[in-house]
Amino acid sequence: MKIAYEISHLLAGIMLVASFALLYQQRVGAVINAFAAQSITLALAVAWAAWSEHRPDLFITAAIAFGLKGVVIPLALRRTVERLGIHREVEKVVGVGVALVVGLALIGLSQALVVKVTQRTMGLGRDELALALAIVLLGFLMMIVRRNAVTQVVGFMSMENGLILAATGARGMPLVVEVSVAFSVLIALFVFAVFVFRIRERFDTIDIEALDRMRGDRR
Amino acid sequence: MTRDLIVQFLAQGAQMFLVLLLAPLAVGVTRRVKARLTRRQGAPLIQGYLDIAKLLRKESVLAESASWLFRTAPYLIFALTWVAAALVPSFASGLMFNWAADVVALVALLGAARALLALAGMDVGTSFGGIGSSREMMIATLAEPAMMLIVLTLAIAAGTTRLAGVADHFIAEPLAVRVSLALSLGALVIVALAENARIPVDNPVTHLELTMVHEAMVLEYSGRHLALIEAASMLKLTLYLSLLICLFAPFGMAPASAGLVGWTVGLVAWTAKLLLGAALLGVWEVSIAKMRVFRLPDFVGVAFVFAFIAILLAYLSGGDIG
Repeated sequence: MKIAYEISHLLAGIMLVASFALLYQQRVGAVINAFAAQSITLALAVAWAAWSEHRPDLFITAAIAFGLKGVVIPLALRRTVERLGIHREVEKVVGVGVALVVGLALIGLSQALVVKVTQRTMGLGRDELALALAIVLLGFLMMIVRRNAVTQVVGFMSMENGLILAATGARGMPLVVEVSVAFSVLIALFVFAVFVFRIRERFDTIDIEALDRMRGDRR
Repeated sequence: MTRDLIVQFLAQGAQMFLVLLLAPLAVGVTRRVKARLTRRQGAPLIQGYLDIAKLLRKESVLAESASWLFRTAPYLIFALTWVAAALVPSFASGLMFNWAADVVALVALLGAARALLALAGMDVGTSFGGIGSSREMMIATLAEPAMMLIVLTLAIAAGTTRLAGVADHFIAEPLAVRVSLALSLGALVIVALAENARIPVDNPVTHLELTMVHEAMVLEYSGRHLALIEAASMLKLTLYLSLLICLFAPFGMAPASAGLVGWTVGLVAWTAKLLLGAALLGVWEVSIAKMRVFRLPDFVGVAFVFAFIAILLAYLSGGDIG
């Protein structure tokens, strides 16, 4: 029991570190790699939960996480990046240091929230819930601090990784919901991809600040 | 009773000279591994000893503008680093002065040595010395808070900041995977790389003036002063390897009550782990490129982030590190 919990906790911790890697990395390729690593870790975490808690349906979740988010989506993003020719683009609203500090604050916030809400009732699952919440919040942060549309897609997907982790830990999400979420994420990817190309065609850049200008917002 | 005291005293003394003796060998192993991996023959393993012996024989040349600080700093730096290195438990945890081997004290000793080195770098008034000192301080302002957070995480886990106590705690505990300890390990490795001026932070083998940090500060030293500075930096590397071993892989270390046999086992285990660590450092250094100076705050900042997450997780689990 103890060792099962420790391994799942370790995997969740690795996912959290991968979230920080997303914030830390400068290049688009490295961001996609970090995202793939996070998704594969998610697949491992879910598979471990399935094996140690004898819930075979979770193996499907793990397979979806591995196949779609660990392999297909990173490859698709990579191709998009290649076709757009934006390997080295670094466009951020704030610097790496500020983003990391805000990320730390978010972890603190999620810990405090989970402790407050659960009032020490959930036992071992609590830590994992806090970690999952932190991953979701870091995905949000990623979408806020990056101006490149491709990295925003990655932020969105990473947020979804956090959701799946929370669902696994909390013994909640039924398989139907699971599958439909996975496919809606895939569809979201296509929509994003189409949008990214359209944005570039129209504005010659995928820096989303161009959209603000078009709306008439002034910075 | 008296005889017991003498044995304890001798063991502590043996540890002091052990770190001093093995430090150049550890550096030699790192250099040798690096050389072999880049298909060079490499210097003999004992090159570190030969270098120091040569420097000790050479005349020491002082700049005209050098003050007393410049002349006394090497001795103080060497003494402070040696004391710090000798305090880290190596082959046994319950040596005579183990009560003094507190991590906070260790950080303070190293901090004092660093302050002296930075002052000495600026003393002569060359521009390189100043650059080196300012960069060293920039790295230190990021590495030291991370180090203190790591200390606090371990203190939550083991209930003490005494190194011997932490080592005893982890030897007694069953082997387990713990997120906050893994994160502390990552943070401590980054801090160790930064503090020892190893590759992603600083390149220890070049004198390429625009990128050097540590070498820029000691550029004006020669002869026995340089020998002491070199010996101190070797000791510092041994200290950090020893610290990593003591905190995260203390198995084999002799417990407080062990006799001669326990000490021998501990000694063999520690030496093997130390040399393995030095070899791993060599592999790491050939597989990564040095970073730009202005990327360094981000890199060392990662250590701070890791340490911070670790302590939050440790705090959440309330002592029972999860």
